[in-house]
Amino acid sequence: MLEIKNLHVSIEEDGTEILKGLNLKVGSGEVHAIMGPNGSGKSTLASVLAGKDGYEVTNGTVAFCGDDLLELAADERAREGLFLAFQYPIELPGVSMSNFLKQAVQSVREHQGKEALTSGALLQMMKEKAALVHLDPALKSRSVNEGFSGGEKKRNEIFQLAMLEPKFAILDETDSGLDIDALRIVADGVNHLRSPERSFLLITHYQRLLDYIVPDFVHVLMNGRIVMTGGKELALELEEKGYDWIKDETTQLA
Amino acid sequence: MSDTSTDLLHQVASSEYKYGFVTNIESEKAQVGLSEDTVRFISAKKNEPEWLLEWRLKAYRHFITLMESDAMPDWAHLNIPEIDLQAISYYSAPKKKPEYESLNEVDPELISTFKRLGIPVQEQERLVGIVVDVVMDSVSVTTTFNAELDKNGIIFCSFGEAVQKHPELVKKYLGRVVPYTDNYYAALNSAVFSDGSFCYIPKGVRCPVELSTYFRINESGTGQFERTLIVVDEGSYVSYLEGCTAPQRDENQLHAAVVEIIAMDDAEVKYSTIQNWYPGNAQGVGGIFNFVTKRGICEGDRSKISWTQLETGSSITWKYPSCILKGDDSVGEFYSVAFTKGKQQADTGTKMIHIGKNTSSTIISKGISAGNSQNAYRGLVKMTPGAENGRNFSQCDSMLLGDRCGAHTYPYLEIMNPSAQVEHEATTSKVGEDQIFYCKQRGISEIDAIKLIVNGFCKEILAQLPMEFAVEARNLLAIELEGSVG
Ligand SMILES: Nc1ncnc2c1ncn2[C@@H]1O[C@H](COP(=O)(O)OP(=O)(O)O)[C@@H](O)[C@H]1O
Ligand SMILES: [Mg+2]
Repeated sequence: MLEIKNLHVSIEEDGTEILKGLNLKVGSGEVHAIMGPNGSGKSTLASVLAGKDGYEVTNGTVAFCGDDLLELAADERAREGLFLAFQYPIELPGVSMSNFLKQAVQSVREHQGKEALTSGALLQMMKEKAALVHLDPALKSRSVNEGFSGGEKKRNEIFQLAMLEPKFAILDETDSGLDIDALRIVADGVNHLRSPERSFLLITHYQRLLDYIVPDFVHVLMNGRIVMTGGKELALELEEKGYDWIKDETTQLA
Repeated sequence: MSDTSTDLLHQVASSEYKYGFVTNIESEKAQVGLSEDTVRFISAKKNEPEWLLEWRLKAYRHFITLMESDAMPDWAHLNIPEIDLQAISYYSAPKKKPEYESLNEVDPELISTFKRLGIPVQEQERLVGIVVDVVMDSVSVTTTFNAELDKNGIIFCSFGEAVQKHPELVKKYLGRVVPYTDNYYAALNSAVFSDGSFCYIPKGVRCPVELSTYFRINESGTGQFERTLIVVDEGSYVSYLEGCTAPQRDENQLHAAVVEIIAMDDAEVKYSTIQNWYPGNAQGVGGIFNFVTKRGICEGDRSKISWTQLETGSSITWKYPSCILKGDDSVGEFYSVAFTKGKQQADTGTKMIHIGKNTSSTIISKGISAGNSQNAYRGLVKMTPGAENGRNFSQCDSMLLGDRCGAHTYPYLEIMNPSAQVEHEATTSKVGEDQIFYCKQRGISEIDAIKLIVNGFCKEILAQLPMEFAVEARNLLAIELEGSVG
């Protein structure tokens, strides 16, 4: 599904290198978790995969379902089935959720050769998917993310994920700032959306999310590279011991 | 802003004008130039009574004193090139006699003009019952007839027809709100106006349809100077729509209109404008100079005047639809979206003059600037000594598309009554790269993202427009925003 090879990424503005030879392979239907200390480049990785401006890929390749992902514009990537749940969702004042989702869903469907949904079908779909993450259906007439609570914004990201039915979804710290009930709702929603055709990349700081969404693999991102990969038990180990011991191990290796 | 966003915004900023065709209708023009003879010529052409000619001549003489003292207003944030008033023809009329009983009799060229303008005249006649008065160049071409208006005693006709058929009304109200001494362009208009629309709603009548006027400048080398006079009697209501387009030409054409509104006790007037005059090309060549004086007076107690405008056209716009709140408990509103791109310049806003007790006004202005354009809001809120408990709320938001355009806000306050309450809010934002990226990440193209964001920004203003007009407004805004993205 997704294969990242030797990815080097710098900040366009000042040339600072953030990702320094990152390798990662995600197969169909797999759930991978990426953990790592603050500032290690997790959001940078998510942004680069989603095609955000402001980063320069100086080396490496990213293949997505056989295509060269880095060749595509951000909106093309989205239409090809790549979704990013933002760490900090953006507010669009005056743009209603229903209008926003209508445009998003229809352009993705059109690209994928699916027929356009009728307004009725779209509304029905919105109702069902909103229920998945316990979002008030009345939100469809509210402006995108405007005046949403922190938890609502995060659930709104998962709601949009459900609406767009991507092949590959990146969740950037969707769990941060959620209380335990909200975390459970989000996790249930994601688990519901797991399927053999859909892969997930969960970026998280805390292992508690992984109690609810059990990953197939856990990776540790440090200093711009994946420095360790394990099963779900690695998350527990990290929770217990922090990241310092990995630093030690990797420096020993080096 | 990223390269692709910037490119796109530049394309947006230079998208093509879609109404720039010229209609091939034979017309009759006045001799080029401005003189007392021009004024007499126009008045004679219109078969006007003596008092009106006298009024025009007074206006003309006043204008000449203004011109000689070089009193062209220069306080706006505008760079206005020298306008040669002697190079303009002040009267141009389609030659064929513009009186029709039904649309079938209308010059087919004109019908196709309507079609290209996107005015569904027939549709409107049949369905919505909008009554349309089309002012082509200087004269009113057609007022689609509506029996329902007649039944209610409503007068809606061209200004010229009103002068012939209802001279007492015209004489009573003409110049009441905008005297010819008001300003440079109002003086010019008063001297040479050639037509326009007239509307009178008698006591206690709620006008059952929306009245609508489309203005179009067609001839080259002409100016357009129309006058609109709307009088709404006690307890009555009217919603009035105005749309404007002009062909694409290399020359600048002058449009100096006057609109006067008078609202008696408990009367309400809603005046909506979609202004889409030719803005000139991306290099700033050609385009309409739109210097308009629009003012309403809430003469009666509890009366209300509400201005809503979407301004997308003209190379220069100088326009301040205003309200004089004279009646106690009267209400004034101004809702505006001004979109500028290319080398357009707009200086627009309002004046709310509070005179009566417990008067209130609301100003919401949204300016969107793209390309190399300059977009200014200028507004005055004045509470005169007698304006006990006057209230005003003003909100002026600006949005910048790209980094070569400018947004400016000039709010003026004159508070002469201590019980008055005035609130002002202003924001300036850039269409965020983050916002565009968020939309793109959901599969929405960059141009659609910009449209969504700009439409969202203007939402509360567009919501003020009557339904059919709001749809048209949104389409127009979309066309304006559309670049040549592949
Ligand atoms: N657009 C940017 N401009 C400048 N620095 C950035 C930008 N994006 C990320 N960085 C820097 O890159 C590093 C990695 O950030 P980030 O990817 O957000 O880390 P994480 O998500 O793992 O906390 C940080 O030092 C951050 O300050
Ligand atoms: Mg992060």
